[in-house]
Amino acid sequence: MALKVVVLGGTKGIGRALARRLAARGDRLHLLGRDLAELATCAADLQARMPSGGQVTWSACDLEQPQAFGAAVAEADGALAGFDTVIITAGLFATQPKLEADLAFTQRLLTVNFANTVLFCEHLRGYLLARGGGTLCVFSSVAGDRGRKPVVLYGASKAGLSAYLEGLDHKFRASGLKTICVKPGFVRTGMTEGLPEPPFAADPDQVAAAVVGAIDKGTPVIYAPPIWALVMIVIRNLPRFVMRKIGF
Amino acid sequence: MVPGYQVRSEDLEAITGDVPLTRGLGRAYGDAALPAAGDLRIAGSALADRVLRFDPQSGVMTAEAGLSLDELYRAFLPRGWFTPVTPGTRFVTLGGMVAADVHGKNHHVDGCFGRHVTSLRLRVADGRIVTCSRSEHPDLFFATIGGMGLTGHILEVTVQLAHVPTPWIYQEMARVPNIDAFMDALKGAAANWPMTMGWIDCLSSGGSMGRGVLFRGRWARPDEAPRAFPALRPPIPVPFMMPNGLIGRHTVRAFNAVYYRLPHPNRKVIHPKGFFYPLDVVGDWHRGYGSRGFTQYQCVLPASGGHPAVRRFLDVVTRGGNASFLCVIKDCGPEGEGILSFPKPGTSIALDLAMRDDTQQLVDQMNDCVIAEGGRIYLAKDALTRPEHFRAMETRLDRFLEIRRTWDPDGRIRSAQSVRLFGW
Repeated sequence: MALKVVVLGGTKGIGRALARRLAARGDRLHLLGRDLAELATCAADLQARMPSGGQVTWSACDLEQPQAFGAAVAEADGALAGFDTVIITAGLFATQPKLEADLAFTQRLLTVNFANTVLFCEHLRGYLLARGGGTLCVFSSVAGDRGRKPVVLYGASKAGLSAYLEGLDHKFRASGLKTICVKPGFVRTGMTEGLPEPPFAADPDQVAAAVVGAIDKGTPVIYAPPIWALVMIVIRNLPRFVMRKIGF
Repeated sequence: MVPGYQVRSEDLEAITGDVPLTRGLGRAYGDAALPAAGDLRIAGSALADRVLRFDPQSGVMTAEAGLSLDELYRAFLPRGWFTPVTPGTRFVTLGGMVAADVHGKNHHVDGCFGRHVTSLRLRVADGRIVTCSRSEHPDLFFATIGGMGLTGHILEVTVQLAHVPTPWIYQEMARVPNIDAFMDALKGAAANWPMTMGWIDCLSSGGSMGRGVLFRGRWARPDEAPRAFPALRPPIPVPFMMPNGLIGRHTVRAFNAVYYRLPHPNRKVIHPKGFFYPLDVVGDWHRGYGSRGFTQYQCVLPASGGHPAVRRFLDVVTRGGNASFLCVIKDCGPEGEGILSFPKPGTSIALDLAMRDDTQQLVDQMNDCVIAEGGRIYLAKDALTRPEHFRAMETRLDRFLEIRRTWDPDGRIRSAQSVRLFGW
């Protein structure tokens, strides 16, 4: 059966690739984002890719405006006549040196990636639970798996998010709410543009394909590309004296 | 190695304001998508890949210039629409297809990609955004088709897609003993088949010079094609750089001998990717050539020279001894509308050339031959042609440069290739 999906962050990067994969197989989509013109253009792109010319709807939602979350979620729910899946790929990123030099942006990043993303999930969780469950798929990061030198601040925001998503899954899986925590490694998107490319770099569509599989199966944690699961097992188990020495 | 880097963004307008060049997926074999010396930063269009409008009745599509043919294939072929013209790889962008005015196996019937383009949106050198078509700024439109991205940054492309009866291809193959038979076979097939091309063994000489395999095909009819959509298979990886010289005279000779004698299935319905994109089956196949890499060379020899012209050219190639793994021969139809569009009526020959110390010399010799025959080369595949050679084979160059100068009097938009061939 076709899903009814709300996507926050579907205009760019992995969210764009993911929305395309869902549109191509006929799922219903409602896009949330900051820029209405961008949303309209992305909706047209998705509509052109839908097999039977379905409608893609959109409305405004800004992760920096938590007071508007309630209205945004209600509007999305109305447009889809009751969503069953929510995907959140939106978030902020900057390199560690940039964040250290710009504490105002650091505050925004920590707020958006952790506090406001959690609040947004809290707003929509009730909708899904009230109708017997659904899927909540949120993009965290491998950066949240261990405190590391190049991602001290960004990683901390994602570590908090990963912990929240795990707790949510433990608490509500039995009630039908499947929480999926996506941990991408380095993906070639606008977010990582200009950064030196590490090994195992992936294209957005590779990650999107894996995430669609995880949504269908209800996988609680997914690393993409999958090799990052192994890499992070190693990193999580490195002793502190090694972590202090290496730059990774 | 060429110093420089590309900036990519979903917002192509935002990143093309102050750069000399935009590149797509970088599949040009030469220096067409590389920055000129001293230009470090250029724009990359690949993330700007949205379909902006598609009319399922007429098949007219407008998309951002970074939309790749791979995406177009996946989004539209299942619904019976496909690009009217496809080059030999899916990893090209619409902008790149316009800039090189790409051609394919159906050139003798459908011409180049540009013939099917109805309008373009460009950021020209002074920063303005201009829409051009056959009726609006036609000089800019025709200079941009085949203009190697030198008239402005291509932002959006409107193209008439082609309706196909099924997503499968009906193909026939035939072994051909020599170049004379090959040219007759291509000519014969062109009359009845919308798609034709030939693979030739460039190491064979004498009586069997130009032996090879002829491919002819068409979209399969619903009554002969499988009902399912052709499966999307992941590419076979080449995980690391192979040693230099792995693809050399002996390995290529062995491959060619085996490939020529393979019992080719005479006729069958096949996967469109196998037909259009045989090399895309191997991901990163360029690594097979090792760290020195390779380039390509493609020329068209006018029909007036007939078989002898092609034989004279192949003579230069076989004497050169720079083993070509891939040699493709195709008869071209009428010249495209783009001012610098490559094909013209005659025979096109494309070669892979491993980069070696003598590659420049071979390219010079081939260019001498092409000039003598009245032919020309394909800029998307050129890395080594000398400016005086290009000028001698390209009578349309002055007109192109004049239009380029009108829209870009300060010479802001340029590539390594334009500086090499035109001086700016």
